[in-house]
Amino acid sequence: MELITHALTANSLLTAFAAVGLIMWLSNAMSKRLTFGRIHGSAIAIILGLVLAFLGGISTHGQHGVADWPVLSGIGLMGGGMLRDFAIVATAFEVDVVRARKAGAIGALALLLGTTLPFILGVGIAEAFGYRDAVSLTTIGAGAVTYIVGPVTGAALGASSPVIAISIATGVFKAVLVMIGTPFVAGVIRLNNPRSAMVFGGLMGTVSGVAGGLAATDRRLVPYGALTATFHTGLGCLVAPSILYFAIRALVGA
Amino acid sequence: MTISGVALLAICTLLGSYLGDLLGIVLGVKANVGGVGIAMMLLIAARLWLVKQDRLSQGLKLGVEFWGALYIPIVVAMAAQQDVVSALSGGPVVLLAGFGAVILCFAVVALIGRVSGPTETMDEIEAREREAAASHLDPGVQTGTDASRNPARRQA
Repeated sequence: MELITHALTANSLLTAFAAVGLIMWLSNAMSKRLTFGRIHGSAIAIILGLVLAFLGGISTHGQHGVADWPVLSGIGLMGGGMLRDFAIVATAFEVDVVRARKAGAIGALALLLGTTLPFILGVGIAEAFGYRDAVSLTTIGAGAVTYIVGPVTGAALGASSPVIAISIATGVFKAVLVMIGTPFVAGVIRLNNPRSAMVFGGLMGTVSGVAGGLAATDRRLVPYGALTATFHTGLGCLVAPSILYFAIRALVGA
Repeated sequence: MTISGVALLAICTLLGSYLGDLLGIVLGVKANVGGVGIAMMLLIAARLWLVKQDRLSQGLKLGVEFWGALYIPIVVAMAAQQDVVSALSGGPVVLLAGFGAVILCFAVVALIGRVSGPTETMDEIEAREREAAASHLDPGVQTGTDASRNPARRQA
């Protein structure tokens, strides 16, 4: 047993890869078997991650979730700022500028609204619950944009871990709601044509939420929604820690 | 070479981080201002340049795309190391902000759809395409379909 523990702690990053791989595999199986693909495996995996972080926090009384267990300390490196930014930047490689032009003005408008409206709402709610500093307000507001924009913004601005956790959870909750709710409101919001799918992708943002929601509504709409949604994270990561943060700071002071 | 892709990605990320910090100092805040977003734009620009020069090799693509594919697992690892116990004390914020954002965005999708007027639904597009395929011997119908086949292009 001690030998196993030693092997795991001495190769902590590899242990993290294996552990996260196991979580992903389990989540994808749950997505298929329990929700019939309606809730994306990635959303389940992130929720599982948050649940594990909760258990880790309770058992170790630490502030770094599962990374406070010596065996899983590699999770700290794998999910830390360095590799996270590295992987997020890499996703920009798949952005096809020519295809982006097709989305045109209406896609750009949707993206702009899809970033600012949830942000303002998130800031307002955080304010109502007693958050007063610009960094926390901006981080929670960014979490209402997507679960990526939130922590990226929080890390850039130096927000506290509880605030970052709130912002991730808000984004994940939003993504799950989009996945489940879209088929039910599709008729009301006329989500039956490529144009509204592109508007939808730009407004909702989270690629997993949009892809899952549209797949459950009408599979043919998925590429149109994903087209605008792929820009959402990049735009959010650009404006949330800059323009939006300055706007909030101007309003509430540092 | 695969390493050239990994190196390109690293250079873009490092440059973005540096420029973000620099922007923070210029603007007088102790923060990285949009570093990740800047890095993404650098990577998109680099890709366009490589395609133009015809130097976008399979190995280079592999080096970047491998990390892109690891994005969700890394986000899971990030979620697993947050201080969730403390965050739960702010529970209602999560529910209200998440729920409110979704309702708001659904409403705006409906609004934009109504303001920008009627458009062809997916069913109508497919019906038209089937019709066109059935009468593909008629050249007049054929060209008419081609021009309007791609609904995305019409809006551009």
